[in-house]
Amino acid sequence: MDHKITNSLLYLDGVSVSFDGFKALNSLSFVVAPGELRAIIGPNGAGKTTMMDIITGKTRPDTGTVYFDGQVDLTKKDEADIAQLGIGRKFQKPTVFESHTVWDNIELALNRKRGVFATLFYTLTPADKARIEEILETVRMTARKDHLAGSLSHGQKQWLEIGMLLAQEPKLLLVDEPVAGMTDAETSETAILLKEIAKTRSVVVVEHDMGFIRDLGVKVTCLAEGSVLAEGSIDFVSNDPKVIENYLGR
Amino acid sequence: MFTTRLIHAHEKKVLVLAALILFIAIAVPASNLLLDPGNPLHVPSHVVPLFGKYLCYALLALALDLVWGYCGILSLGHGAFFALGGYAMGMYLMRQIGARGVYANPILPDFMVFLNWKELPWYWTGFDHFPFAALMVLLVPGALAFVFGWLAFRSRVTGVYLSIITQAMTYALLLAFFRNEMGFGGNNGLTDFKDIVGFNIQAPETRATLFAITGIVLAFVLLLSSAIVQSKYGKVLIGVRDAESRTRFLGYRVENMKLFIFTFSAMIAGVAGALYVPQVGIINPGEFAPANSIEVVIWTAVGGRGTLIGPIIGAVLVNFGKSIFTAAFPEFWLFALGALFVATTLFLPKGIVGTIQQGFASRRDYKAAAEAEKGRVVPARDAANVQPQAAE
Amino acid sequence: MQLTSRTLRIVLLLIGLGLVLATGARAQDALKPLVDGLGATAFPKKVEAVKQLAATGDPKVPEILEKLSAGALFAPKAGGAVYLVEGDVVSDPVTGAPVEGVAAGGLQKIRLNNMLRGAIGDAMSQLTLLSPDRNARLSAAQALLASGDSANLALLDGALAKEEDAEVKAAMESARAVLILKTDASAEDKKAAIENVASRGDRGALNILTAALSTAPPELVPTIQSRIDGITSSLAVWDVVQNVWYGLSLGSVLLLAAIGLAITFGVMGVINMAHGEMVMLGAYTTYVVQQTVASIAPGLSTFSLAFAVPIAFLFTGLVGVAIERGIIRFLYGRPLETLLATWGLSLILQQTIRTIFGPTNRQVDNPSWMSGTFDFGGLAITWNRMWIIVFSLAVFLALLTLLKRSRLGLQMRAVTQNRRMASSMGIRTPMVDAMTFGLGSGIAGIAGVALSQIDNVSPNLGQNYIIDSFMVVVFGGVGNLWGTFVGAMTLGIANKFLEPYAGAVLGKILILVLIILFIQRRPRGLFALKGRSIE
Repeated sequence: MDHKITNSLLYLDGVSVSFDGFKALNSLSFVVAPGELRAIIGPNGAGKTTMMDIITGKTRPDTGTVYFDGQVDLTKKDEADIAQLGIGRKFQKPTVFESHTVWDNIELALNRKRGVFATLFYTLTPADKARIEEILETVRMTARKDHLAGSLSHGQKQWLEIGMLLAQEPKLLLVDEPVAGMTDAETSETAILLKEIAKTRSVVVVEHDMGFIRDLGVKVTCLAEGSVLAEGSIDFVSNDPKVIENYLGR
Repeated sequence: MFTTRLIHAHEKKVLVLAALILFIAIAVPASNLLLDPGNPLHVPSHVVPLFGKYLCYALLALALDLVWGYCGILSLGHGAFFALGGYAMGMYLMRQIGARGVYANPILPDFMVFLNWKELPWYWTGFDHFPFAALMVLLVPGALAFVFGWLAFRSRVTGVYLSIITQAMTYALLLAFFRNEMGFGGNNGLTDFKDIVGFNIQAPETRATLFAITGIVLAFVLLLSSAIVQSKYGKVLIGVRDAESRTRFLGYRVENMKLFIFTFSAMIAGVAGALYVPQVGIINPGEFAPANSIEVVIWTAVGGRGTLIGPIIGAVLVNFGKSIFTAAFPEFWLFALGALFVATTLFLPKGIVGTIQQGFASRRDYKAAAEAEKGRVVPARDAANVQPQAAE
Repeated sequence: MQLTSRTLRIVLLLIGLGLVLATGARAQDALKPLVDGLGATAFPKKVEAVKQLAATGDPKVPEILEKLSAGALFAPKAGGAVYLVEGDVVSDPVTGAPVEGVAAGGLQKIRLNNMLRGAIGDAMSQLTLLSPDRNARLSAAQALLASGDSANLALLDGALAKEEDAEVKAAMESARAVLILKTDASAEDKKAAIENVASRGDRGALNILTAALSTAPPELVPTIQSRIDGITSSLAVWDVVQNVWYGLSLGSVLLLAAIGLAITFGVMGVINMAHGEMVMLGAYTTYVVQQTVASIAPGLSTFSLAFAVPIAFLFTGLVGVAIERGIIRFLYGRPLETLLATWGLSLILQQTIRTIFGPTNRQVDNPSWMSGTFDFGGLAITWNRMWIIVFSLAVFLALLTLLKRSRLGLQMRAVTQNRRMASSMGIRTPMVDAMTFGLGSGIAGIAGVALSQIDNVSPNLGQNYIIDSFMVVVFGGVGNLWGTFVGAMTLGIANKFLEPYAGAVLGKILILVLIILFIQRRPRGLFALKGRSIE
């Protein structure tokens, strides 16, 4: 197996996909190393969400290879498989179980056996209880654990969703616009949280908020028209003339 | 464990309703058999099977609620599972007639003699044994639901598409069972039953017993369903209902989750049908009519989907209303039923029970908010409702 | 028997020749003694008189012979002058002038026996074969072709020699070929006859040739057999064509019923379970319009359908708008609830119609231009089916144009693709929704007008179509009218191809099962919109 593949956590090479003739991804290549925090920027329609769809198995690529953890071919797996392999995904629009309590949301996300009978006969162990409490603490939700998720504010839902992803104990976390609709204070707190999370796993963040990305201070990939335009530090990327033309504007 | 949960940890209202059903299951037959007809508490004999019918409908509505209320699958074909269970029981009852039919054929039911058939079709084999028939009551609807669900859920057919193909399923079965060649009595269905496990099906004692059994089964299924929806699996189902893709991205196999509850629900519907047939004395293809299946949906909606007690209350109320209405103003029943559909969806989307619950919940939330104002944090919801099950 | 029929033929031949030679009309007086001959007591004499009458070729003769068969000719018991008696009026059978001084009571009906009836029949066909009216000749030739009575061969030959009209001549020649195959004519003649029959190429020709196969001389058997094979294979082709035609006919009905549903479902994501009842309302509108036209302006009855189409469109369209404004708009984003509410509505509409018009079928008449059939190759096409196909295509094309060219169509397409974006572009989506629902319902009403022509107009009319319509929409895919078109036609044709093998009910069940399986393969139908926007 290719050296580059085996040393990576996520490896995309030459991935293309089109919808009704529109090329959403055009021979995209993209590598994430274990433990890396990566930011992705790019204009609307650059293929950011489609890329996440491909990684999480929602969309199948027309051509190209997608490997996870150096060995698993993701194009052959479906969403549930991929989630169980250890890839968590936060949607652009916060998606939580609105008619469950915050506690139940985390409990459902907990990385335990997920079959019909396993869940039917599941009982909460003290260890699981402690884990849930720990996560609630991390995402600052302890006081709201008995509230229905539907009653939370937008920012709280974002955090709950991140908490659910933590409970999933993924090796790779895909986060789509985590600070959209957040206040400045919430935004900087989220940056701290993501950096904290990235200590133990890889995180890929898609975001438009350049201030937030600067806060993260990590390697940035700029996508445009379905392929990588530039990759490097935030200063390097934001000075790239192609990036300025395509995304940032003069 | 699940079994312990079957005994403890139910919502209080579920326990109350289960107890009430059990009481009715004993009290109605007892009053019918033991009390003097002049006694004001006496339940007349013709009322017993009528109430028994309501209980069967309640069981069917409960089955539908498990898939619709808890998993968001609006099945417009649950009448098919009900009817298949009914036919399985009907076939057993036909075989019990033996030589007492009009044509006095010891093996063949009358309609087969009439069609000039010479021998029993292979799929009638075994239906002269009650245990086999009882097994088929579960297996036939279960198998159909399993195959249908396996195909549909794997391909991610959801929402109205799923509703429409379930309707097509029951419609196809309706057409099929109308055919004489199918060997299920065609248009007339199966009727003229005589005995069930050796007892005269018309006897008041048998009817009272059937009523009691129906009540006990309903109470048991209610507790079982409650245990299921209280479990983590039940929470996953609600997750599927509210945010299917989130559930999937958390690593749950949504198709398996749906398939299990759909199959389970179909079996319950089959049991309801099997209990229904001996009490009303007939099963015919009309039970497959798409309209019947949709009526079940309205019972569930009126009572309150996503609450286990709602569909039971809804089924009994609507059917009681139907009995009264069709006797008093037969012309206007369809107006009333149609208006019920429209009014429920427009003004009472959570149903009776759901609306009452919501009323309580908002009062509690209001109180909780007031308490929080004073600086104390109080759980906003009923503790039994939201606290995760403590380790046992 | 053989001998008598041959003598008869010779006699007929002579008569025929005589007729050919005869020129001009004879004086009516000449007929009178021949007619009086019918009053003879002995049957052979009466037969003779009939033959002589036929030999005159006088145009009056068929009428007189008809009166004779009808038992309206009377004669005194002892024979003599023949009179026409209708009721109490006694008149001259030739001139029709009333005859004074003869009492009906003193006359006796001229009795018929089988021999006389046969003679009358022969004379009639002979006279009609020679009738100056070409249509009469044509139908006489076709009657001969159908009966295949070889006794009339000579007669036919005579008529054929005189015939000038090409179509009548062709018909006579086919009839002659059929007759020749039944005689012991020469192999040469028979061969020509076989070719002639084979060239007709229909099921009748197949029957004639199959019958001829057993009696034909051995040398002709291979020829006949090869012609039979040829016809069989061409008939098989026509069978396929016929199935396709029936399928298109059914498909066009499905298209009419489903297309309104496709619009409301496609644009609004709303499942309208009351759609079938809109069709039913359209059919009842047709009934009411027809009754009204018949009572106000009976002369316009033929055109009542032309009034019914716009009225039904407007009426059901308005009902649709009312439903959308009154119920459905409160349920957007809750498709399953919409389904239930509209189902409730369908019950109310059905019961309303049942209360007003009663539960039984109402009679809606076909206008004359929609009844009857015409032949196309090996197909017999009924006019009403034909017009419904044309009509459904017209409706489909009109709708397509409306969606492509009109402002409402543009707005509807915008809303279909992205409701929120359309709304922020300044399109009043509630207005578009109401109009869309009205349009969908109006088209259902038009479908009802068409269905009233081929189906029973009863309160349950809609229910018979609703599931099929759903199947079409689901099969064809949402948001694309061509999908509905292809879906309807495919299902129609598939249904008709399955029917001969599986029977109508089983065929329908099979189609339902196939669609259920198809949905598993392509959950969004044949022509689904793809891409990220579809969730």
